[in-house]
Amino acid sequence: MLEVSGLEVRYGTVPAVRDLDLSVGRGEIVGLIGPNGAGKSTTLHAIMGAVRPSAGDIRLAGSSIRGRAPEQVVRAGVALVPEGRRIFTELTVEENLRLGLAGRRSKDGSAEALERVYELFPVVHESRSRHAGLLSGGQQQQLAIGRALVGEPDVLLLDEPSLGLAPTVVDTVFGALLAIRAQGVTILLVEQRAQRTVALADRTYVMSNGELRMTLGPGDAGDSRRMVEAYFGSS
Amino acid sequence: MTDDVQTLVDAVALGSIYALMAVGIGLVFGVLRLVNFAYGQLIMAGAYALALTNDQPVLLSIALCFAVVLALSLALELAAFRPLRRASPTTMLVATFAISYLLQSIALVKFGAIGKIVVVVPKLSEPVTIGGVHIRWITIMTIIVAVLVFAALMVLLTKTTIGLHMRAASIDPATARLLGVRANAVITAAVLVSGVIAAIVAVILPMAVPERLLVGPDFALRETIIVLVGVVVGGIDRLLSATLGGFTMGVAVGLLSGYLPSSGAWPFTSSVYLDSAVFMLVIIVLLIRPEGLFVRGRHAALERV
Repeated sequence: MLEVSGLEVRYGTVPAVRDLDLSVGRGEIVGLIGPNGAGKSTTLHAIMGAVRPSAGDIRLAGSSIRGRAPEQVVRAGVALVPEGRRIFTELTVEENLRLGLAGRRSKDGSAEALERVYELFPVVHESRSRHAGLLSGGQQQQLAIGRALVGEPDVLLLDEPSLGLAPTVVDTVFGALLAIRAQGVTILLVEQRAQRTVALADRTYVMSNGELRMTLGPGDAGDSRRMVEAYFGSS
Repeated sequence: MTDDVQTLVDAVALGSIYALMAVGIGLVFGVLRLVNFAYGQLIMAGAYALALTNDQPVLLSIALCFAVVLALSLALELAAFRPLRRASPTTMLVATFAISYLLQSIALVKFGAIGKIVVVVPKLSEPVTIGGVHIRWITIMTIIVAVLVFAALMVLLTKTTIGLHMRAASIDPATARLLGVRANAVITAAVLVSGVIAAIVAVILPMAVPERLLVGPDFALRETIIVLVGVVVGGIDRLLSATLGGFTMGVAVGLLSGYLPSSGAWPFTSSVYLDSAVFMLVIIVLLIRPEGLFVRGRHAALERV
């Protein structure tokens, strides 16, 4: 579904991502973990067209989306839940969701898409006329995911959705990801919570220093030696 | 007492004009982070369109004014603002200075330094007496038009999809684009709405301000400078604070010119010193509240769509 090959992104002369290959199959949940500064967020931003890759290609369902502007990538069917949620705190919850409709390919079915998000996240429905800034961190995260979903993307990219959330709220968010996949959405999940991500995902890529280090399967989540190795390199 | 009321009403009308200009400048700043110094020349172009069609029916004349200002707004967006979208705010500001002087020079070469009389609706310049207070019709009209424009703008920004997109792009352009908000559509909409407001000001200004009865190359230039200062004093990164800043400057200028005697000696005994008095107030305000008079808390963020 989503195919990244030979991706390189530079900030000035410093390469943030080098020769990265990764692929996400239709209906898969694929994890992308690694320490801070590994290039995970940069990879997502390159897919969205928010930063320009210096080499490599990004293909969605077989056709290249490299070099397209973010608003075109969204219309091609990729949505991002950005790091830190980036909720519009001065707007109402409902206005935030309506912003997500901007990326829809067709205006038909907007009401149904909103309905589905309200079903998935009842707390978003309850607070729809309040200012988004009044929501808790977990509620804002659900709003951010809902805002990406109302565009009915084929591929959902999430950038550290569990950041700063209480453990029970993390359960809610990770549970929602399974429900979203069940609706047929392909998911690429960038996370810091390595163990939970590896356990949830069909496959998890480990990045460090802008490069792919290894690929882990769900079985590796219990293997703490391999997890440590993934983060700190083999000794 | 009646003089005071008259001065106050005139000041509020002037404040309304400045508030309109402030919102026109603020709309474009919101989505482009561009301080459009050439805004006054859009108004100038509209006023020339009116002056050159004095002999035509008034509605046709006004329609031409709108057409000229909107066409020029779009041309500026396509030829100047869009290619500079990624440039620094300083570069963009300097570019609008250049455009401003270019348009003034074109006007000078084409129409000469001597101003042309703008006649829109002469009847509106006649006074009406309410309880012993003489107020010109145009003064009342100006305030009504400003209120209507702000009401319409409120509806546009809060009830329509493009308005929602404009607000989101003003707050956080990068995130708005990541959600699928089209930068070009939002910017074009803001430029056009800003142009409509410039055209409205072009129609009102020659009737409302007696010194602006003539349109010359420097038409609306002084107003633009004062409004830009007002916008900064109010707080440029929010539409409401920018508008209130413009309004406050207009009222302040109106009151000062009403109460400063028309002849006398330094200081503040002559309306010749009006600008000095206004800018001294500005300096004091900026010293006390550098973040803007009407800004709650501090806003930083200099990102663009």
